[in-house]
Amino acid sequence: MSDVSDILNALILLGNFVLVPGLAYGSQLALGALGVTMIYAVLRFSNFAHGETMSFGAMITILVTWWLQGRGVTFGPLPTALLALPVGIVGTVLMCLLLDRVVYRYYRREKANPVTYLIVSVGILFVLSGLVRFVIGPQDRVFADGERFIMKARAFKQMTGLDQGLAIKTTQGVTVVTALIIVALIFWFLNRTRTGKSMRAYSDNEDLALLSGINPGRVVAITWVITGALAAVAGTLYGLDKGYKPFTYLGLVLPIFASAIVGGVGNPLGAIAGGFVVAFSELLLTFAYKRVIAYLTPGDWVPEGLIQLLSTDYKLAVSFVILVIVLLIKPTGMFSGKTL
Amino acid sequence: MSFLQGESLYGGYGGTDILHGCSINVNKGEVAVVVGPNGAGKSTAMKAMFGMLDLRDGSVELNGQDISSLPPQERVTLGMGFVPQNANVFTSMTVEENLEMGAFIRRDDFRPTMEQVFSLFPVLAEKRSQPAGELSGGQRQQVAVGRALMTQPSVLMLDEPTAGVSPIVMDELFDRIIEIAKSGIAILMVEQNARQALEIADRGFVLVQGRNRYTDSGEALLADPEVRKSFLGG
Repeated sequence: MSDVSDILNALILLGNFVLVPGLAYGSQLALGALGVTMIYAVLRFSNFAHGETMSFGAMITILVTWWLQGRGVTFGPLPTALLALPVGIVGTVLMCLLLDRVVYRYYRREKANPVTYLIVSVGILFVLSGLVRFVIGPQDRVFADGERFIMKARAFKQMTGLDQGLAIKTTQGVTVVTALIIVALIFWFLNRTRTGKSMRAYSDNEDLALLSGINPGRVVAITWVITGALAAVAGTLYGLDKGYKPFTYLGLVLPIFASAIVGGVGNPLGAIAGGFVVAFSELLLTFAYKRVIAYLTPGDWVPEGLIQLLSTDYKLAVSFVILVIVLLIKPTGMFSGKTL
Repeated sequence: MSFLQGESLYGGYGGTDILHGCSINVNKGEVAVVVGPNGAGKSTAMKAMFGMLDLRDGSVELNGQDISSLPPQERVTLGMGFVPQNANVFTSMTVEENLEMGAFIRRDDFRPTMEQVFSLFPVLAEKRSQPAGELSGGQRQQVAVGRALMTQPSVLMLDEPTAGVSPIVMDELFDRIIEIAKSGIAILMVEQNARQALEIADRGFVLVQGRNRYTDSGEALLADPEVRKSFLGG
């Protein structure tokens, strides 16, 4: 029989390697998916450039962070990047508005079909990714500073007397808290403010919104402002947590779209739920259960293999599989999305 | 000179005209009904009056002002309200939010108008926090009419308000429409249920192929044996 401390150790192991990273990664995906879903709900196309928009936002934040660090400004135990983030948000929003003005507006006037938009967004993806590499270069950048851990594994072990430690990185804590604040703000905006409601109305029924005197140009502009802000925050949080590599943001588009579609694309609540579903699926399927099983089985028996369902190399495939399953079984997603 | 007047309207969606010179007009406090066979251009005429269609010829005047070239949004600010036939509510939004969106162009306090709509359609007050998409067909139509009333229009245009509702609900809706007209609003509507609609109409327009075939008071049209035979099924 395994005793209580063995069960606790197993739980802590899962908490340390699945729950905590899953919450952080899920928050990042949720913020990303929220941006994709907003664009889909209002402008009615799939914005494949969203990953690169996130990268662009993170890049500006990093540049400002370096500048701040160079002048000796820090944010105490928190990452300096949080101080630079507002500039990153403004920069990304301006970039989104500029792209809308010079590119998307043209296709809106042409009443282009969604596939054309999609291809256009792929074009913008390449332009943005080129721009990012041109400005900051293709190398990896670590820009997290301040205190590294909120909770260190060793401190946790000493505190509880268990064999397994639970570590919580500052960036993980910052990610979850920031995501909570941003999501609360977005829902407040959409459900409580006149402008937010007009966005939902426009997304629900464009013709009727026009008949009600809602200005489509304004709705579109506000959508880009929100999307740009979301992208900058999501990109920076992801970069803080995992290190900034321009290359990874292209790959991030897939789990982000999977999240948006799982939840029901166009539905903000769905985007958030979808983000966590995808994040936890990835982690649970690629986690090696060997030590958990060792704790939970009686005696000293330890499984020979890693007891890992999928190698971490196949992480991306998880998003693909979820995507296919959802599209086969319930194409509208968990929350039957379409409108904000 | 009527309050809202469409004179010899010509126009259509593509190359060919659907409207061939029809004229429609209505005064404040009156109910005007446009009837006619399928494809007669009834809904098209409504759209033309509201600026959702480019006119090739003819003019639309509101209170003596030529509004022929104004887009629909500007006609809304001039006091015209339009209830489309389909997709006329924000289905994902609550009844109250639908009415709020109706009042979007108003910067003053629209609460009193909302209370008026609720007293006109009491069932909406009960369902105010329910999404409009979850309501029955008749209730949805009430939301749609209520939304259009939120701007306090002087003209209310309705495109087949009773499409797809039961006869009882239809009578109920017509009663409400009369009530709205009595408050001094001009009502212009297109109806499939021609007989019932003409019964409440101060003016009736029978359109055929985009032209006025008969124009008279609702009562006179109902009494006209030729109109009865050709358009009202005997």
